[in-house]
Amino acid sequence: MRIAVCIALLTAVAGAALAAEIPLSERRSGYSFMSADTRAMQDEDTANPGMLFVLDGEALWKRKAGAANKACADCHNDARVSMKGVATHYPAFEKALGRPVELEARINLCRTNHQQASPFAYESRELLALTAYVAQQSRGIPIAPGDDPELAPFVEKGHALFMQRQGQLNLGCTNCHDDNWDKKLAGSAITQGQPTGYPLYRLEWQSLGSLQRRLRACMTGIRAQAYDYGSPELVELELYLMSRARGMPIETPAVRP
Amino acid sequence: MPSALINVPAKAKRGSVIEIKTLMSHIMETGYRHTASGDVVPRDIITSFTCRFNGTEIFRADLYPAIAANPFITFFTTVTESGKFEFEWIGDKGFSETAQASITVE
Amino acid sequence: MVIVRPAEATPAMLQAAIRNVVGEANVRTGKVKLDIPPLVENGNTVPMTISVTSPMTADEYVKSIHVFNEKNPQPNIGNFYLGPRAGRAQISTRIRLADSQKVTAIARLSDDTFWSTTADVVVTLAACTEEAI
Repeated sequence: MRIAVCIALLTAVAGAALAAEIPLSERRSGYSFMSADTRAMQDEDTANPGMLFVLDGEALWKRKAGAANKACADCHNDARVSMKGVATHYPAFEKALGRPVELEARINLCRTNHQQASPFAYESRELLALTAYVAQQSRGIPIAPGDDPELAPFVEKGHALFMQRQGQLNLGCTNCHDDNWDKKLAGSAITQGQPTGYPLYRLEWQSLGSLQRRLRACMTGIRAQAYDYGSPELVELELYLMSRARGMPIETPAVRP
Repeated sequence: MPSALINVPAKAKRGSVIEIKTLMSHIMETGYRHTASGDVVPRDIITSFTCRFNGTEIFRADLYPAIAANPFITFFTTVTESGKFEFEWIGDKGFSETAQASITVE
Repeated sequence: MVIVRPAEATPAMLQAAIRNVVGEANVRTGKVKLDIPPLVENGNTVPMTISVTSPMTADEYVKSIHVFNEKNPQPNIGNFYLGPRAGRAQISTRIRLADSQKVTAIARLSDDTFWSTTADVVVTLAACTEEAI
């Protein structure tokens, strides 16, 4: 029953006229679509359950790990200084790999290369906590994806994927999040899909989760096969979304329904 | 150790009423969910929260599976003297955590 | 033998849970205020504030606040024990509501009278949910 309603609405949505990219003046964070109660959860740190993960991340930042017996803090010192603004330009181009890596992968590269520790699993509490702690140091700072020319083809690939219709519902991201962000789907706001607050605490998840988890959930929603965590497709989509959100302030750890 | 967030004003006037906010990291697994293979996910919740001030209980709560993950509880108390608030969360599977916060009467 | 757990609390279970707290006492309507969104974005985390009209003096105060729901798998949500030194009879927490239903708050005053209020909450189901486990 619920699936039937979902499909009927999505089909109606998909039929709407195609619009261009959302102009800067009209870009809206998911925050602005939320109820006052949910906003209040994000607004105050002691009411925001995402801050519990940030606290864990702070502890992990200082904890020695791996064969090198080094903590993040041993190289990067005080995250409040060294990590300020860093999350605003991720995913970033990683020369050694010849492709962009998202913040989670960057943290895991640090673990394997410099701490000689095993990487954290995607969506593990540790990886979410460290990522949230690092990203929180950019709270309030506008998203500024790197203008590294080597990134350009990957942004373009991410854009193409954003536009690409897929899944049994034959929908592209753009059909909802460019063309119909001001409408509702089964009572929920569609929103623009701006990635301003990740990792974020989603009430649906009752936990913190990454942007890739959200993207995978969207793909499952349109009955498409979700790409694997860390796959080139998801990183490119994440990269395009960040370039699309250029200028919007980071909210990590955000709260969303 | 699971994280807790406590919001208690550092200073207050004697006789004033203050709000205390607490947030504790916990999944609050209800015991009513099933895995894809049909097994019940065992209940794992915080069942009791207590706040003491200088050793005297000032607030207590019994929690059930209907309390959301990462329990958030706020309440009020009258400031009588400088001292220490102690918070205690007890739950299934031997869960037991504490936190403290101090207040100075002006 | 197969034991089938009830999918949701029944009115009889709710009444039994309330009787368990109030005994044979009469529960009157009034004095209790329940702030809960009438329409919630996600039933997994619903903010709720309960306040009780009381002078909160040594002679006249709120002993406890008990919260129940109609349809979750079990009728109890939480019990909150206050006392005269609380100064203000108000608590907040976040709850789960598996479906649209009534939420009832009952306060026990220092004279052992019971007062209650009930609110209706509509829970909208997310358009695109995912497997929780």
